[in-house]
Amino acid sequence: MRKPIIILIAIIIVSAVAVVFITPIGLIGPMGSISHTLPWRLGLDLIGGAHLIYEVDMSKVSSGERNSAVAGLRDVIEKRVNLFGVSEPLINSAKEGDSYRLIVELAGIKDVSEAVKEIGSTPLLDFREILEINSSSGEEQQVFMPTNLTGRYIKSASVASDNITNQPSISVEFNDEGAKIFEELTERNVGKPLGIFLDNNEISAPVVREKISGGKAQISGQFTKNEAIQLVSRFNAGALPAPINLESQQLIGASLGSESLQKAIYAGIIGTIIVMIFMIIYYRFFGFFAAIALLLYTILTLSFFKASSMTITLSGIAGFILSIGMAVDANILIFERVKEEIKNGASKLVAIEEGFKRAWPSIRDSNISTIITAFILYYFTSSFVKGFALTLGIGVVISMFSAIITTRTLLRIFVRK
Amino acid sequence: MDIIKYRNIYFSVSGILIFVSIVALVVFGIRLGIDFTGGTLWQLRLTNDQQLTADSIKSFFENELKIENITIYPAENGNFLFRFNNISEEQHQEYLGKLKEKFGETEEISYETIGPAIGGELKTKAVLAVILVLLGISLYVAYAFRKVSYPVKSYKYGIITLVTLFHDVVISAGILSFLSWRYGIDFDTKYVVALLVILGFSVHDTIVVFDRIRENLLVGRGKDLLIVINSSVNQTIARSINTSLTLVLVLLALFLFGPESLKYFVLVIMAGTIIGTYSSIFIASPLLLTAKGK
Repeated sequence: MRKPIIILIAIIIVSAVAVVFITPIGLIGPMGSISHTLPWRLGLDLIGGAHLIYEVDMSKVSSGERNSAVAGLRDVIEKRVNLFGVSEPLINSAKEGDSYRLIVELAGIKDVSEAVKEIGSTPLLDFREILEINSSSGEEQQVFMPTNLTGRYIKSASVASDNITNQPSISVEFNDEGAKIFEELTERNVGKPLGIFLDNNEISAPVVREKISGGKAQISGQFTKNEAIQLVSRFNAGALPAPINLESQQLIGASLGSESLQKAIYAGIIGTIIVMIFMIIYYRFFGFFAAIALLLYTILTLSFFKASSMTITLSGIAGFILSIGMAVDANILIFERVKEEIKNGASKLVAIEEGFKRAWPSIRDSNISTIITAFILYYFTSSFVKGFALTLGIGVVISMFSAIITTRTLLRIFVRK
Repeated sequence: MDIIKYRNIYFSVSGILIFVSIVALVVFGIRLGIDFTGGTLWQLRLTNDQQLTADSIKSFFENELKIENITIYPAENGNFLFRFNNISEEQHQEYLGKLKEKFGETEEISYETIGPAIGGELKTKAVLAVILVLLGISLYVAYAFRKVSYPVKSYKYGIITLVTLFHDVVISAGILSFLSWRYGIDFDTKYVVALLVILGFSVHDTIVVFDRIRENLLVGRGKDLLIVINSSVNQTIARSINTSLTLVLVLLALFLFGPESLKYFVLVIMAGTIIGTYSSIFIASPLLLTAKGK
């Protein structure tokens, strides 16, 4: 008879810690540091922000270099977004069939359109060499053909000014690989112009006088000092190794997000209280313990979400609230069994033990179909579905055990004869 | 309580509901959401003094912005929901600028545009998920009823479970198509999820009743099947109703006080839960008796 009391004490301690952990109380006192280091992670739909899906144009990247190009893109975009002051941008890459995608999530951003511009702005710098072709009319034409040398080989850039004209110019330094390509390129094109293109626009085409080793180049064009400074900061953040296309975007205003969060929490609290009241009215004495078990369930599950640093989305909250409605299912199954046992003449204590024992297969079976559904939905990969399926699935699994363990422990202690 | 006795009434009610649902599906149809077709969904709050109507805004979109195939739904607090084709970010900014010029204060509540390629992928994934859930649940039903029991053959339990499931999903889809017609709800990923969740609930409700019938058949051999089914339904009815009721209570809280964007999602699940409970008590069990007779 000692065992249930020990379990009860353990439950009380765990719940107390959990309450401190998930509520604002946790922000003060000795637990403060834990609550601070592990804050709630809220999804875009709750704090507002942008969810952007970019398609990567890999047509000019050889198949062997595609993965490194994607990795490069992620780094570059992350740097650009950081410049914009977004905390913890989430950037994921995904491969869907033959296409490569980048999924950028900017939480809590105010001016989304500026950020979209900044990310997408491709100071796509490349160097082109002259190629002579015969046009259909037989005339010789000179065309600039793209070379391997692009902005991705830039190690650093700085603003300089031209000695003669005092015009602002940009000096760039290539990395070792880029320096080698640049050397070959200049060697090949001595006496010919080398086209420097920014975003597919020719900005200058200086004539190469001699082979240039060392990987340094000066770009002078018709830009103002401010333009030069902006370009340099972009080059230093890195140029995009491949062009990207904004394929899909989702913007959620901050006001909508916080309104959704407030309403969802409010609805969740009301729903929980109504279910608790229903259980107490319908099952009286037993229902009271089921209500306590339900309260513990919500506290424990929320702590689990917070401790595992799961991102909570609006659909995730919906899934969790749904699981609150289902959590008492185990208790209902047990209590109905207990009632039957008592009707068949068993004593209260025996009926409770029998009820728990005999209801277990039904509890397990009745949750399996929901778990199957949640599991499949999770692999459905659209973010709305994922959040929902995850909280619903986790909720159902936790509730099966929490409802049984807490209710049984409480009943064993408080039911006599 | 003699539930089975009135089975013809339940069958007629369900028959009518299914018929009405199919008519609704045919007449109103179901419009696929932008996450399946590609397109733009834009929610704006136009807070100027003039009384704006959906029609006047629509003509502005069609004539000034040259957007075709646009649908506009007025929402609360001067909010309007626009749906049209997939556009680029430049167009988005351009339209926003022109709207501000024309209508003054314009707050962007939400904006979503999806390219056709991604829409196509999501559609494939949704179909795949539906197939997998159906498969998973069928396997589970087959497993749950693997032991043959007299006097109803085990596969018949499985078939009736699936018939009940079909019943629940068709009626829920009918409700969805009514909502689509009346409130301009698009059938997007959310509602695929809602239907699949309904499917899961419906199956477990039915299985609990059938489990009890089987248990009672083993104990009370020789008893009339009608009596066994009736007493089994009576034994599980409190559980069935209470379990659904607690779920409906939280859903109701979410519907009344929860966020706007989840309103119809919650409504569909709520309707499906009620239908699923009704069908497990009043359709699945009586069907077992009908199935035995043949």
